[in-house]
Parts: sequence; structure tokens; C-alpha cells
Amino acid sequence: MKKFTRLLWGIVLAVAFAMPGPVFAEYPEKPITYIIPFNPGGESDVTARLQEPHLEKFLGVPVNITHKPGGGGAVAWSEFQRTAKPDGYTIIGCNIPHIIGQPLIRKEAGYTTDGFKIIMWFHFTPNALVVSKDSPFKTLDDFIQYAKAHPAAVTVGGSGTYSANHLEALRLEKAAGIDLTYVPHTGTGPIIPALMGGHISAAMTYSMVGVNYKDRLRTLAVASDERVPALPDVPTFKELGYDIVGGAFRGVAAPLGTPQPIVDKLAHAFTETNKIIANKQVGLGFVMTYATGDEALKLVERMRAAYGDVLNEIRQKQK
Amino acid sequence: MLWETMLMLFDPVILLSIVAGVSAGLFVGAIPGLTATMALAVLLPFTFTLPPLHGLVALGAVYMGAIYGGSFAAILVNTPGTPSSIATAFEGYPMAKQGRALEAISLATVASAVGGIAGALFLLFLSPPLAELSLRFGPPEYFWVAVLGLTLIASLSEGSTAKGLLGGALGMVIGTIGVAPIGGETRFTFGITVLQGGVPMIVALIGLFVLPELYGIAAKAKSALSAVEVDPKAKGSFWQAVKTVFSMPGNLIRSCIIGEIVAIIPGAGGNIANLVAYNEAKRASKHPEKFGTGLPEGLVATESSNNVTVAGSMVPLLTLGIPGAPPDAVILGVMMLHGLRPGIELFTVSGHLTYGFILSMALAAIAMVPVGLLGGRLIYKVIFKTPYYFLVPTIALATILGTYGVRNSHTDVVLMLVLGTLGHVLKQLGVAPAPIVLGLILGNIAEMGYVQTILGGQAYQYPFLKLFESSLSRILIAMTVLSAAWPYLLALKQRIQARKASPKEDRHE
Repeated sequence: MKKFTRLLWGIVLAVAFAMPGPVFAEYPEKPITYIIPFNPGGESDVTARLQEPHLEKFLGVPVNITHKPGGGGAVAWSEFQRTAKPDGYTIIGCNIPHIIGQPLIRKEAGYTTDGFKIIMWFHFTPNALVVSKDSPFKTLDDFIQYAKAHPAAVTVGGSGTYSANHLEALRLEKAAGIDLTYVPHTGTGPIIPALMGGHISAAMTYSMVGVNYKDRLRTLAVASDERVPALPDVPTFKELGYDIVGGAFRGVAAPLGTPQPIVDKLAHAFTETNKIIANKQVGLGFVMTYATGDEALKLVERMRAAYGDVLNEIRQKQK
Repeated sequence: MLWETMLMLFDPVILLSIVAGVSAGLFVGAIPGLTATMALAVLLPFTFTLPPLHGLVALGAVYMGAIYGGSFAAILVNTPGTPSSIATAFEGYPMAKQGRALEAISLATVASAVGGIAGALFLLFLSPPLAELSLRFGPPEYFWVAVLGLTLIASLSEGSTAKGLLGGALGMVIGTIGVAPIGGETRFTFGITVLQGGVPMIVALIGLFVLPELYGIAAKAKSALSAVEVDPKAKGSFWQAVKTVFSMPGNLIRSCIIGEIVAIIPGAGGNIANLVAYNEAKRASKHPEKFGTGLPEGLVATESSNNVTVAGSMVPLLTLGIPGAPPDAVILGVMMLHGLRPGIELFTVSGHLTYGFILSMALAAIAMVPVGLLGGRLIYKVIFKTPYYFLVPTIALATILGTYGVRNSHTDVVLMLVLGTLGHVLKQLGVAPAPIVLGLILGNIAEMGYVQTILGGQAYQYPFLKLFESSLSRILIAMTVLSAAWPYLLALKQRIQARKASPKEDRHE
């Protein structure tokens, strides 16, 4: 009997001690901070707002979106790599090629490309060459022929310097053997009036611009592997004989050293969320991606290789 | 259609969202550091669950209230609550010091309401031509707009023009910190990675305006307001304010037009409109030397022009999908989420929604009157009755929280404190904060316009000639020259008058 009582006690104690382990350490148990390194109202912000309610449902805790804009994202990314705890409660929006280009080209970007634990790349916005509806360029060929005949006279606007748009314009110059004048703007927003007002001849911008402003703008070509669903009549650069695929990939990352089970859980939540919001986003001109784990890393490598040549050339020039 | 839409708005839920939105906006705007853009961003998730019209109405009301709320802090504490009421402090605070704070608040309320309604009317009736005009602003025009803005320094610097220019130059230098808007080089960060993002304008605004004021109150050991005798009769009656505001129709019309033109230029909003309107009111005035001593004219000019920009900046937004001012970017985001594509369709297919939204902004402007008069009195009483040793730390705390909230950064708080202390020292030396902030706002616009113009002129033999190409550029250049030369022309005129007057006296002798 005594033995039995002791056994009973033993079981009770064992259960009591064992219980808190799996139950209370179950991630997540407090709100998650989701940092957006850009201004409110941009594509990253709008996407995060769409994700928020679904993420909360799948994770069971509040997800708080905060903005930390500046330096094309570098302000937030450098602070994140310096200070964020790898516990899964702080995650940050990440963009390719920003996180590839900035650390290479800037002397002190304050962060490294490989310093993130990428959770997932959830969508892709291909670059697109867009002109105004009343532009004489009806096709990519018109554009290239004119640029060949008039070196440097064709101005191509885009968001930022050494950004996805800029690098694509540089690749187009190389691929087509033309000389364009790239005019950087402070975001995709200012590109639109510049195009409509005829202040630039064309823009290397994101496909959404062509989708959202189709009444007044014409898209000549998109830089994706396949045609963009929202722009079925627009050819890809590939179809036209230029091997140019690129744009901005948006995703989310945790600090390096975050335990794998937590990363997996977040990846699952983001993947399921992505499926739900896909309908809305595809209509806006986004291309959904579902790159998690090794696939996410491979994507970084692939894009690093694709931009390698242009980036190295820029670095040579800087020296 | 308009009539039906109007009736649709008289739905208790919508009216309630307007009043609640204006109140919330007012509160946010009155706290230095919390801007309209932030208020909209915070509110954004709540609107997802609402039908599109309700969501847009609430956002529009918050925007309207926030721009107006900025005037309270400007009048009562001499610190603009948002960048849109920088010039409001120039007249509002002297009025408060003379015991006319309530009068100033009533004037600001009426002027803001008039401006808000005017903006909605512009949006309702003149959208297409205004949108086309906004497209004509390209890089060279931006450059000249910024240069024109910089000439305001001449009139903004009280006393010495040299000191004003010094402040302006300092502001432009601060503006160059960070990643260059064009070219992407990192400049003057001294290895501090956070400085890649530059000095955010709102951080500089808080530091340069609020801290020197707080230091000043603390140094004198009394608040400038607590010392004044309030004339019990001068309660700032609402009808008196209405009469005063409408007694200057020229000023009102001019300020509203200025507000509208600045509003449709993408990237410029109330922050520039209020300064330009103030300057023009001063220039047109018969007694410009009295500006800065608490003149209702200046107050009416700034507060009407900045509220015009609320609905006014939506002209390019609704017709072309181009945000005319930073808070509009958030509204564009909401529209996109609901699948509303800017353009003609917005006015035809979803006409009820669009016209409802526009009319609701006019209603929000009207709602500002009761909300503002009540809220204004309340804030006034609180600030008036609180002893300085509670007021200073409270405002300081709000300031620090507001700065931190800009992008959740400790560095911004440090930046704000450093700039504020620097601003205090400079103020003692006679360099006012307004030219510094003006330099900071306009320096970047000028740089971007210049570099983009030069790039666009690559195929020319002399690329800079592109700066003088368009007729709009030339008009802006003429305005710049006139604006810069104005103080000298005025002095010349006075001298000629004096000379004409003196021979007469000679003859009499």
C-alpha cells in the first residue's frame, strides 16, 4: 500500500512537473511584432495588413505591425540584426534585391544578406517596362530601336538607385546593347505622375503599376518567367529574346539563431495566410510564391547570381 | 446623384464615424509628434472590417481633424502639432500671450472649417483640370517650387535676414544626412547606420520647435500664458470669429487657392501650403510689419490653407491614383484593398462611394466647429491652469513618446534632444527654428528636382538648360525673383514715398 501511495505520488509529481514543459513553452505565448521597414501605404505595408488577421488566427496571438522606414529599408534591417532576440517574437519584412544589393554597394549598410533567418518569400512583383498611353513606343522593339539611334536620350525612371528597378534597367542596357539614362525616384509612387506627365520616356517599375493604371499607361514587357495573370496581353522579356527575369521578392525573416520549430510554425502560418490572400493579390498584379526553408535560401542564391554581374560592375566603378 | 449621395450620408453610423473621426484626429494632431499620417496608419486595420464607404469616411474625418488639431499646440504652446501649422504659431501664440487664446482658437476653427469645405468643393467640381495641372509639375518645376519656397526665409526670419539664411542653410545641411535620394550614396552618417534614413522631418520639427520653448519656460520659471490677464469679456465668441474670418474675403480666397495649388503638387501638402499662405497674406497686407504680433489675418491664412489640402490633395489621388500628400498614400492603400482603382471609373461606376467620401469630408469640416470649440476650450483650460512645473515635464514626455512613435526608434529620441538643444542655443543667437525646418523640407525637394532635371537633359549639350524649358518653370522663376526682391522693393517704395513727402514739408517751411 505504502509502495502504491509512493508510486501515486510519484506519478502526480511527474505529471505536475512534466505538464508545464510542453504546455507552457508552446510558442507563441505572447504578441508577435512584425516590423515593416518601409512607409505605411506601400506594397509591403498593404500586404502585411492583409496578412495580419489571418496570421493571428493561425498563430493564436496578436501580430503587431510597426513601421521603421528609412534608408531603403536599411535602418530597420541593421537594427534588427543588431538587437532582435531570436525567440520568434520579432520578425521583419525582407526584400530581394534590397538585402542583396545594399550590403554589397554601401560601405556601411549595417547588416549582411546572410544575417537573416528567412521564414518565407511570399510574393514576387516582376519588373515591367511601362510607358504612357500616348508614347510613340508601342512595343519593346520600338523602344529599343529608338534607344539605339539616340544614345542617352531615352530617360527611364525607376524607384531608387541600385534597386530592383535600377538593376533591371542596367541589365536591359547590357542585353540590348543600348545606352539609357536612368532617373531614380524616391519610390514607385512618384513614377506614376512622371510617366503620365511625360517627364520620363519610360519607367522600369513593378508590374502592379501597369495593372493599376492601365487606362493611362502601357506595359511593353514584364521581367517574369511566365506572363503575369493580371496582364495577359503583355509579353515577357524572355519571349522577346532578352533573358531578363527580376523584380522584388517580398518575404519575412526572423533573427539568425531562431529555433527551427518556431521558424517552421511561422512558415506554416504565413503559407496558409498566403493561400487565403492570394486571390486579392493576384488581381493587383502580384505573383504569389511559397518559398520556405532551403527553397528560400536557394532563391537568395539564384538572385545573387542573376544580379552578380551588374553589381560587380557598380562596385568596380565605385572604387 | 449628388442629392442621393447626400441623403445616404445622413446615416447615424456615418455621422457618428465623422464626429468620432474628427475628435480622434483632433487629439492626435494636437500632440506634437503625432502626425496625420500616423493616425491614419494606426486606424487602417479597423477599417478593414467596415464597408468601404464607412472606412473611407472615418479616415477622411481623422485626416481633417488632425490637420486642424495641430493649431491648438501652435496657439497654446508655440509648437506646431503637425507640420501643417508651423506658421499658425507665428500669430496664434502672440495672441495667446495677450490673453486672446480663445479668440485665436475660434478663429482657427472657423478658418479651418472654411478651408475644409473649400477643399471638398475643389475636389467635387474642379478635379479633372486640376489633375492635369498637377501632371505638369516635373523635376524642373519641383526645383523651382523649392527655390520659391526658400525665398520665404526672407520674410520668415524676424530681424536679421542673414541669420534666417544661416538657419535655412543649416536645415538644408541636416537634410543631406542619410542615403542620397538620387544616387544612393550614404552621406554624413559618420558610420552610424541608423542615420542612413536621415533626420526625419517630424523629429527635427519636434526638437526645434518644442524643446526651445520648454527650455524657455523652465528658464523663466513661469509659463508665458499663466502671467497674462484675461479679459473676461473677450471669451472668443464663435459669432465674433465668424465675422472676423469673413471680413477678409480676399485673404480667405487667396489662401484657399494657394492651399489647393500646393495640394495638387504630389509630395507637397499642408506643411508647405501654410507657410506660403502666411507669406502671401503678409505680402498683401497693408501693415506687414505687424505680422508676428498676433494678427488674425495670418492665422486665418494658415489655418484655411492647410485644411484645403486635406480634400484638395485627393484630386490627383482620386483621378490619377497619385497621392498628393503623405497621408493620402494610406488612403490609396485602403482603396486598393477594397479593389477601388483610381480613375474615371471611381466617379462613374462607384460614384456613390466617391461622392459620398468627398461630401463626408465637407461634413467633417463642419463637424470641426462644435468638436473644436468644445475640445479647444477644454485643452485651453488644462494648459492654462496647469502650473509650469507640471506642464513642462508633461509636454516633454509627450514629445519623447511622439518622437519614439515616429518609427519606434530610440535614436530618433536622441536626435530630437540634440536638435532641440541646438535649436535652443541658436534661438538665443537669433536664429529662429522656422527657416531651419523650411531648409530641411525644401532642400531635399530642390536636390531631387535638380538632379533629375540634369539627368533628364543628358542628351542636351548643356543639361541645365532643361531647367528653363517649360513655361511653368518660367512662371515659377518670375515668382521666385519677385518674392526674393519684394522686401527690397517695399523698402524702395517707402523711400520714394518719404522723399516725395519731404519736399512738400520743405515748401511749407
